[in-house]
Amino acid sequence: MNTGRIDWVKAIITIIMALLGVVFLLPFLWMLSASFKPETDVFKYPIEWIPRTWRAGFNYESVWFGKANFALYYWNSIKVTLLTTLLSVVVSSMAAYGFTKIHFRGRNTLFAIVLATYMIPSEATLVPLFIMFRSAGLYDTHLGLILLGGFSVLGTFLLRQFFASLSDEYIESAQIDGGGHIRIFTSILLPLVRPAIATYAILRFIWTWNDFQTPLVFLNSKSLFTLQLGMNAFADRNGAFYSLIMAASVSAIVPLLIIFIVGQKQVIDGIAMGGVKG
Amino acid sequence: MRMGYLFVGPMLLGVMIFTLIPMIFSFTLSFTKWSFVTGFDKIKFIGLDNFRALFQDDVFLKSLGNNFIMLLAVPIGMVIALLLAVVISNHVYAPGAFKVIYFMPQISSVVAVAVVWQVLFHPSYGPVNGFLSALGMDNPPKWLADPNFALPSVMLLMIWIDLGVSLIIYNAGLKNIPADLYEAATIDGASKWAQFRSITLPLLTPTTFFLLVTGIIGNFKSFALIKVLTDGGPAHSTSVVVYDMYQTAFVDLQTGYASSMVMILFLCLLAITALQWIGQKFWVNY
Repeated sequence: MNTGRIDWVKAIITIIMALLGVVFLLPFLWMLSASFKPETDVFKYPIEWIPRTWRAGFNYESVWFGKANFALYYWNSIKVTLLTTLLSVVVSSMAAYGFTKIHFRGRNTLFAIVLATYMIPSEATLVPLFIMFRSAGLYDTHLGLILLGGFSVLGTFLLRQFFASLSDEYIESAQIDGGGHIRIFTSILLPLVRPAIATYAILRFIWTWNDFQTPLVFLNSKSLFTLQLGMNAFADRNGAFYSLIMAASVSAIVPLLIIFIVGQKQVIDGIAMGGVKG
Repeated sequence: MRMGYLFVGPMLLGVMIFTLIPMIFSFTLSFTKWSFVTGFDKIKFIGLDNFRALFQDDVFLKSLGNNFIMLLAVPIGMVIALLLAVVISNHVYAPGAFKVIYFMPQISSVVAVAVVWQVLFHPSYGPVNGFLSALGMDNPPKWLADPNFALPSVMLLMIWIDLGVSLIIYNAGLKNIPADLYEAATIDGASKWAQFRSITLPLLTPTTFFLLVTGIIGNFKSFALIKVLTDGGPAHSTSVVVYDMYQTAFVDLQTGYASSMVMILFLCLLAITALQWIGQKFWVNY
């Protein structure tokens, strides 16, 4: 191993891989470039990667404050996503604690039931849930979406592994000091599993933010649309205004990309660890 | 004791209300002729008629067939991901940056990604065909507008979107292989290819198995991409079961019939999972 010196083979492979990476990302670069252009320049060939005429201000303003009102969609998405993530983290971590650290009758049976429901795809329950939500007044409400996303069993599985890895001694010594399960859970164990919770929270945030299927079925009013629904409606209505559609796409993609790049360690570790998706 | 129920209670209640009861409801509805707009008193039980009709329903059969063709995208994507993972984990500087690059489509909104690709694939103005024409191709394919090319185009996109997940999981799997195995093999004079075939591949079989199971299940349930990208068209060439179910339930308002599609979807997923769990005995090394 030649330390300190550049390994030329490795450097060349890195450059080749970087070029491949650029090709892989070309759709994003094209989208970004088109979103800055006047409509007439979008399909010019050869492609002007750096626009000769800039119309970025006009394009983005039309998307954000025109008829489409992306500002509202953003607010709706932020609200639904944050509350779903919060609910899911609370419910999942409580269940994970209960299933690993408290002994009660029927624990294994109940866990087996939860595990079995993981086999049922969310697509299989869309129709009955739609009917149930209509009768319960939850159809076309943000509360309905939050409830649907907040009880996903995936978080319980992910967090259970972490709670299981914590020694029972924490609990025993706390119990000697007279602490109940609620105290032990909130003030001793939760801080210890914080990294795992952060990982799950970021994943849940991303999945909820990008979810299209649930809002499509359970929302109807434009004023309640999440970003994904708003984006879809915008693309349907402005079929021929490609520069605007690209500005909308950039608006839909970039904020989450920033979250991803900031929290990439959590996301990548989370995906690698649970090997999970969806 | 009672504390246990308090802690797991909310999750259990959620699972009951949002998964178990709807699933039983769905199962019951699959034997009925009913549209939810008419009210509960109009439900009519018709036995297995829905299922009989499904197997004469050309659109449904086409959709189910498309689902199985699309599964091909899973192993193809996994091979590409494995190759990239091997290169990235050992042979490049700044491997973290590459993981971020290949994960970007996965993190992006499916709706936005589908809309961008719609434009890129545009038969006459799209940059993809612009590029192909510039290379001298006279009649470039019409991609999403051509019934013969639409499904492969969708599969191409699926591979592009999901590559990052397999890459990251393979990368984690590669890190778990002890380095001294490779050192010992090098001392014995084994070539890189021999090492890949007799160390890397066998030790990665649990990872490969996991990716195959989750990939196939995820692929089989695809909906959002199809809905935005092609709406199942042209001529149902990209329709899939979940898309057909969505149309039947929420556009045609045939609740009972749509529920029978759900049951077929569920059975297919169960069968795929069962097959893979049986199959793993023969090729997965734990």
